[in-house]
Amino acid sequence: MYKALADAIKDAERDKKSLAQVALAAESRDQGRPVEDIRAALQRALDVMRSAIEKGLVGDLYSASGLVGGDAAKLRTSAKGPLAQTPFRDILTRALAVQEVNAAMGVIVAAPTAGGAGVLPAILTGLAKAKSVSDEKVVDGLATAGLIGAVVAERASLSGAEGGCQAETGAAAGMAAGAATEMLGGTPSQVGHAVALTMQGMLGLVCDPLGGLVELPCVFRNATGAAIALAGIEMALAGITFAIPVDEVIDVMGEIGREMDVRYRETAGGGLAATPTGRRLAKERLYQIKRSDG
Amino acid sequence: MVSLLDIIGPVMVGPSSSHTAGACRLGLLARGLIGGTPQSGLLQLHGSFARTGEGHGTDKALVGGLLGFRPDDERIREALQIAEREGLDYKFEKVTIADAAHPNTVRINVELNGKKATMLGSSLGAGRIMVQEIDGYPVEVTGNLHTIVLVAEDRKGSIARITGVLAEHDINIATLRLSRKERGGDAFMVIECDEEPDKKAGEELRALDWVRWTRRLPKVSGG
Ligand code: SF4
Repeated sequence: MYKALADAIKDAERDKKSLAQVALAAESRDQGRPVEDIRAALQRALDVMRSAIEKGLVGDLYSASGLVGGDAAKLRTSAKGPLAQTPFRDILTRALAVQEVNAAMGVIVAAPTAGGAGVLPAILTGLAKAKSVSDEKVVDGLATAGLIGAVVAERASLSGAEGGCQAETGAAAGMAAGAATEMLGGTPSQVGHAVALTMQGMLGLVCDPLGGLVELPCVFRNATGAAIALAGIEMALAGITFAIPVDEVIDVMGEIGREMDVRYRETAGGGLAATPTGRRLAKERLYQIKRSDG
Repeated sequence: MVSLLDIIGPVMVGPSSSHTAGACRLGLLARGLIGGTPQSGLLQLHGSFARTGEGHGTDKALVGGLLGFRPDDERIREALQIAEREGLDYKFEKVTIADAAHPNTVRINVELNGKKATMLGSSLGAGRIMVQEIDGYPVEVTGNLHTIVLVAEDRKGSIARITGVLAEHDINIATLRLSRKERGGDAFMVIECDEEPDKKAGEELRALDWVRWTRRLPKVSGG
């Protein structure tokens, strides 16, 4: 797989191909697997993403601690808010839905991780619905997203424990922005700018879940991550460019992650987890988990 | 090498790729060591597995793995109750494993009909795992392929003999790693195979008188 997005973009431009095609060809070479096989696996992932969204939209799912749940349904049915009845609102709702399924131990696709699993399906399926995009194109989008994630894994990290939340929901937002930009007709170089424009907005984000559980703020961070990705997509498709090359943005994300104090890397020692209320809730709710299990 | 399908995946029961999916895979490997659902399992949790395991369903995922559930199996949610029904007597302990390299580490001790195994493994994030020790022997097993681990006396021709046994059973070797602490000391081998090595191949390897110890582990991740 590619170690720099710049290389993938160069190859795509030279061969007049999409980044999805370039990514699928590289994967096929690396793994010795036919492209059709890889597409089929991505289609299965897409099916799981869709069924997670459907389950989550019902709104009757709660995590073991009871800290999160039921909010996707609130956003789905609310008539208030400036984004009511827009694809933007629908995408935020979908992001919450997937994460509520995840927190309730339902089946999801980690993309790139379980904690950040809401952003990519929300953006791709939400925009596919709004713009009548075929499944084939959405599967292409998953391939492009996979390429971007692979580059982030190679150059930085995809783990909150290693690099903070910028590495999980931040990477997910970058993947989603790049994939959707291509899905909606953007060029390979616009994809690069979409990723950079999105990830610059997530730099420095710490991983600070209450009690160390993938619940709060994780569920909401998928919705806000999706919102930032939408901003990146919108700007890139308008032809806006980001002066710092995308691979350098990814590198600096890795650097910030390595410098981040351990309190801000999933240990619940800092950030929201360490606020007075964060500590109190974690204590009460963790006790509740023990009790409900007997 | 990073694969697209590692990034867009795995399909899994939430909430945490490291604390749930990875834990399940470690359970599956421990089950593989004794070839079935254990009658008893002692699970010693270290670090973050001990601290946040319950809230992440690490306990259910580990026991689910011992029961043979894969990371995307929704029965993981009820794994503790199912274990009781199926006669798997499990016990959790919180411990500190001094030389554990990773915060998400567990030592699993399992037993089935007198057959015992002990395994030390970690969940590295994004569902990836690494087994560092089996029955006290240092190993490096990822579970991405079917794996044979083997400890043998260091003698000439041993690799040829072992690969010969595997070839006779029509098993293609994907990777083979060999290490030894000193010349003439024990040789540690980790052999990853494209096909699942059958029981007979395992027995033939064990029957070689210079092979001290060998185990087969199933493939628990990858496409
Ligand atoms: S706060 Fe931490 S656990 Fe939650 S989504 Fe972000 S990186 Fe994952």
